[in-house]
Amino acid sequence: MSEQKAGTEIPVGPQHPSLKEPANFTLNVDGEVITGAEMKLSYNHRGIEQAVLGNSYIENIYLLERICGICSHAHTSAFTQGVEELLDLDVPPRARYIRTLIGELERIHSHMLWLGVAGHEIGFDTLWQYAWRDREIVMDLLEEITGNRVHYSINTIGGVREDLTDDQRETILAGMDDLQERIDFYQETVPNEQTVRMRCENVGVVPKDLAREYCAVGAVGRASGVPTDVRKDAPYAAYDDVDFDVITDDRGDLLARTVVRIGEIAQAIRIIRQVAERIPEGDLKASAKPPQALLAQVPEDDAVSRYEAPRGELIHYIRSDGTDTPARVHIRVPTLANWPTVVESLKGSYIADTPIVVAGIDPCISCTSRIGVETDGSHGGENAFDLDELREYGIDWYDERGNVERPSTAGEGRTATDGTEGERP
Amino acid sequence: MGRIIDWARNRSPWILHLNCGSCNGCDIETLDALMPRYDIERFGILKKDTPRHADILVATGPVTKQMAPRLKRVYEQMPEPKLVIAAGSCASTGGVFHDCYNCHEGVDDVIPVDMYVPGCPTSPEALIDGIVKLLEEAGQDAQAERLAEAKPEIVEEGARIDEAVPAADESTAEIDTDDNPEEGTDEPEPVEA
Repeated sequence: MSEQKAGTEIPVGPQHPSLKEPANFTLNVDGEVITGAEMKLSYNHRGIEQAVLGNSYIENIYLLERICGICSHAHTSAFTQGVEELLDLDVPPRARYIRTLIGELERIHSHMLWLGVAGHEIGFDTLWQYAWRDREIVMDLLEEITGNRVHYSINTIGGVREDLTDDQRETILAGMDDLQERIDFYQETVPNEQTVRMRCENVGVVPKDLAREYCAVGAVGRASGVPTDVRKDAPYAAYDDVDFDVITDDRGDLLARTVVRIGEIAQAIRIIRQVAERIPEGDLKASAKPPQALLAQVPEDDAVSRYEAPRGELIHYIRSDGTDTPARVHIRVPTLANWPTVVESLKGSYIADTPIVVAGIDPCISCTSRIGVETDGSHGGENAFDLDELREYGIDWYDERGNVERPSTAGEGRTATDGTEGERP
Repeated sequence: MGRIIDWARNRSPWILHLNCGSCNGCDIETLDALMPRYDIERFGILKKDTPRHADILVATGPVTKQMAPRLKRVYEQMPEPKLVIAAGSCASTGGVFHDCYNCHEGVDDVIPVDMYVPGCPTSPEALIDGIVKLLEEAGQDAQAERLAEAKPEIVEEGARIDEAVPAADESTAEIDTDDNPEEGTDEPEPVEA
């Protein structure tokens, strides 16, 4: 990912005892403008893919759930869907609806969390506190339905563990009414707010061709006009039974991603309402047999499972060898697909924009840390900025400069107007 | 002077949060404690971004091999007296990652820990409770030290105040309160409505 080596190098991280997880990148700068960037990840590498091989399929649900605390349902769903494909199990409709419901609640919680973090990175802490306060509505619903705020553990092989009662359905609908009010407020204020516009408009632009070339997924791709969404392209759970729109934008900058994410929260509310209103009666599990009995005879085969996590397309590859433990599990997370766009969009932007450009793809380092081990810790050095210092620097720099012009990205053939609205067949 | 520092620290402990390979679950819950619902800032508990300003290190995650030297370095940079909270099951024992090849088994493999707050993830309530309990305990140690200095005949060296001064023995308990009337060894002040 490294490019030109001329100019000054600024190491950022890996220690930034701030909001996010450990990551290190080196910026090559010419004055205030970044000319090249290099990323080093995997400070959170724990060796989960290896540990998975020593555990049974059931144990692995709970291990894989702990890849990431923000999209835990995404990982368990992708894994259980893959195993169900291996076993040829039909998940009953009620279980599929409950999976959809939890998945969408999780999407809201993740996007609200991102909205807050983005607000914090641009020095707009009011938005941070607002978004995290409203996120508690969803956290309470998740706790009420599943018994836990973060690791819901609702999925099991062949279905779900907990039923949804009528009382809970009413609570969900009431909660969605409250949340709808707040989302209407965000949809109206955030894109028009001067603070947000100043720091997000035409920053971190990923044009449509670049997004396609680098296979950007999730909100990053959709904000650049690439309408990819696994929920529409290859429906799983109950997504073929519910109505929703894929939100896209053609500007590809940070403001577009913010608008897309808020729009997706509104769509998630729409899906949750439909699910809560027309969830069918029926069983929760595909088979009355205990899951251990089913999993004793997993045939030798492999499966690829796709899931639209809050950050984009998540892929689990599972190979079984006829025993009760998997022979290989590989996980491709959405953040990994989006990192290259960060490196590209950092080039030509100001140093002060780094925190928000990096946060703009909603990075999840603990998801991404699947590969690469680096233990010497030699880079960085005494002069390293930590990300938080960089955030302060960014806020101060904009305060001093007032209204600044964007560095020109012309000449590289990358402008905000390159992309056009993508059409869905 | 030490008394003033103790008093000030007990009223407004500043915490440093460090992710040592956690899954984000404990991290978002730790941050959640600072958000409007729990809002621990009203007790003077502030999240600081540099180890040099912090009194309490809240470490999450099983501590990966890459993060272990960095955790140690952050710990060494914190000024004394410093306290360490291991937040979450992974930080306490290694949790689900106990047999992963790239992980230590919890924070106490690398640095000494004063308080374990288990839970997967630890809830904001549990974390706040952990901080308060830790401060109470640390305050007792400090009080015992001062008492030992003033009245060496009633306190054996190293004993805590509750061990050294049994609650049933009213005469010594009285001495204790008379001797140290203004010390801030209690919980942080509750907020005014």
